[in-house]
Amino acid sequence: MAADGPYNERMFEVLGERLEGVFKRLRGKGRLTEKDVEAALREIRLALLEADVALPATKQFLAGVRARAIGDDILKSLTPGQQVIKIVHEELIRILGEKESAIRFSSHPPTVIMLAGLQGSGKTTAAAKLGNHLKKKGRRVLLVAADLERPAAIKQLEVLGEQAGVGVHADHEAKDPVVVARDGIERGKMQADVVIVDTAGRLHVDEDMMDQVQRVHDVISPDEVLFVLDAMTGQDALLSANAFSERLPLTGIVLTKLDGDARGGAALSAVTVTKKPIKFAGVGEKLTDLEPFHPDRIASRILGMGDVLTLIEKAEEVVSKEDAEKQAKKILEASFTLEDFLDQMQQVRKMGGIGDMIKMLPGIPGVGKLSDVDVDEGDVKRIEAIIRSMTPQERRDPRMISGSRRSRIARGSGTAVRDVNDLLKQFDAARKMMKQMSRMKPGKGRKGGFPL
Amino acid sequence: MTTELLYLLVAGVSVLVVAAIFFVGLRSKTRAKTPPAPEAPPREVPAPEAPVSEAPAPEEPPAAAVPPAPAPPKISVADRFSRGLAKSRLVLSERLNLVLGKDRLSEDDWDEIEEALIRADVGVKAATKIVTKLRTSKPAVSELKAALRDEMVSVLSGRQRQLAMGPGVTSVWLVTGVNGVGKTTSIAKLAHRMKAEGSSVVVAAADTFRAAAIDQLGTWAERVDVPMIRHDPGSDPGAVLFDAISYAKARDIDLVIADTAGRLHTKTNLMDELKKIKRVAEREAGSVAEVLLVLDATVGQNGISQAKTFQEAIEVSGVILTKLDGTAKGGIVLAVEQELGIPVKAVGVGETLDDLQPFVPGEFVDALLADS
Repeated sequence: MAADGPYNERMFEVLGERLEGVFKRLRGKGRLTEKDVEAALREIRLALLEADVALPATKQFLAGVRARAIGDDILKSLTPGQQVIKIVHEELIRILGEKESAIRFSSHPPTVIMLAGLQGSGKTTAAAKLGNHLKKKGRRVLLVAADLERPAAIKQLEVLGEQAGVGVHADHEAKDPVVVARDGIERGKMQADVVIVDTAGRLHVDEDMMDQVQRVHDVISPDEVLFVLDAMTGQDALLSANAFSERLPLTGIVLTKLDGDARGGAALSAVTVTKKPIKFAGVGEKLTDLEPFHPDRIASRILGMGDVLTLIEKAEEVVSKEDAEKQAKKILEASFTLEDFLDQMQQVRKMGGIGDMIKMLPGIPGVGKLSDVDVDEGDVKRIEAIIRSMTPQERRDPRMISGSRRSRIARGSGTAVRDVNDLLKQFDAARKMMKQMSRMKPGKGRKGGFPL
Repeated sequence: MTTELLYLLVAGVSVLVVAAIFFVGLRSKTRAKTPPAPEAPPREVPAPEAPVSEAPAPEEPPAAAVPPAPAPPKISVADRFSRGLAKSRLVLSERLNLVLGKDRLSEDDWDEIEEALIRADVGVKAATKIVTKLRTSKPAVSELKAALRDEMVSVLSGRQRQLAMGPGVTSVWLVTGVNGVGKTTSIAKLAHRMKAEGSSVVVAAADTFRAAAIDQLGTWAERVDVPMIRHDPGSDPGAVLFDAISYAKARDIDLVIADTAGRLHTKTNLMDELKKIKRVAEREAGSVAEVLLVLDATVGQNGISQAKTFQEAIEVSGVILTKLDGTAKGGIVLAVEQELGIPVKAVGVGETLDDLQPFVPGEFVDALLADS
């Protein structure tokens, strides 16, 4: 699979494999030096930068890992690569999840929550999701539309507020967001336990607008000031988070758009520079798609170790428990048929693209890493067409598919006989894999087993 | 691990494994079967005179303005760590000048150059490529900065950057992108510019999903003074575009600019919807003259993934790079052009209607290498 030479190959290798490579080369030497550790740290640096962790944050992070790695005496370990990964992973979780991340409610209600951030980071949506979340917890929520800049931002909050079933304070004639915010708080004192103030998106270099957000803050004295950050942000996350935290006493971060395939290194940049916890993660377009932040998941994601937990959650959404058990049994007995495969493919499509799902998996022993398996939706459709052109018996027992049946299937699905042959061959190989997998017992710490 | 979880794992994951094995096998075959598609010929349609404002002023004068730091001492590695984040303030050009002012470059210096590019979101891969090329060309140290600039400009050179009109009476531009990148605002700016150039324009409010998106575009349409075709929130975006094109054709309107809902490129169903919207446009207008992907300058390496997926789904013809007026450099477009060959056709540099400018590679690179 070495497509474009060693360079590309290296770029897409999972960090763990890279590190094992580094240490394997060194193992013969008997004794590892500090320089060898540096080589490993270089690989980690690359992984972090590729995940969009800002350079200064990367350097600071590596300094911490270096100190621990030397103290930990990783060199005596049998698997120094894994040991380093463990340290890196733990260190990431420590930094990202050190602080308490729940909303602090005021002892003198209403609790005031203010949202701020760049344009397009998702403040208005986050405000509505947060309102929805708190309402479900039994709070009386009032949203305040203090974004007077973007056309129809007020209307957007009104619509979302209605969907969430929470009140919205809005003034379509208002010119000054400070006034709207103050009026919103006054109204909140009478009819809410929690007031969430949405503000206009602004560039952190726009002095006038930064003055304005500071004035809004001063007049409402919020209990929580949340910086809303797009998970897809690159190096700039550090600068913008820093600028906002210089103007506003931030209490936390909301990381949005985590349902994409961004590695999310911006999270580490922002936490490093603000020293504030990430309190919530936006994971979808629905009002309910707001989650408490899981440092372990984003840590794995930043390191490209696969996001298996998210995968499981997605699977739970579309696969019922009974179905799952039935499928699992079939796989364990290696009686999985093409019919089941077709079924499963459709379910996986409901979860999102097949390619995206595969990318969430860590490497598979014997197959290698899967993150660079490029899945073409056209291929998926062709496979579907071929399987659909088979009779039910053929799907259950592909061995009966003779030459003439193959050409019939090819004609029926508008493909070539060769495509049908390929599919049957691949399915056979996959089935053999499953047999192997089913022989493996789940357990902890086994080496070379199914990587979960 | 509970049994229930185990079942889910086995069922959910194994099917993916099976699928993966399938594709590993199939991919290698399809690659062998089909030779790489030849690059599409440049479109031969009459393009309007693009730049309204001639010679768009670069935000900053190029690096020369940086106060000279007389023979600064080399920063040791330890120093670098202790300075930590404060150092992020040290502006790019300063760092570059520091390195580029030397007689001989050490490994660390080359790393500095690479890091300067990474800081601008160029990405490790593209940055390494550029620096490697620079090193092999062995420019005289005094010409290093110019050589770096040239190398970067050459990555961006030779692309057609004019926004194109289609062959028919009515052209269609489809504006797409992930959530929050600035599609609606960009459409307003595009409409304003095309109108100023004498084209008649109608905008189609085909983002029927996001709350109040229609009203947002409506406000802009009023300001720009162009008609807008709209349906109710939640209705079929394809139908909105259908109506907008019919409206334009009946009145000989030159251009339909269609807004679409922001969608993360990983959502297969939403990407399918986008394909359908494009098909409607192709059927009704004969062709889609521009499929524009809006990229936010603050985006990191995910920008590549976005561009690639949109490209595969709807054949993107150009990129609009927004929010360049902040500190973000938008370096990802270097990688997007290099890897995917999609040209940037306009940049957004502010909040007013006139803040849409043509993309000029030299200016972009200068800004990228200059102060933040």
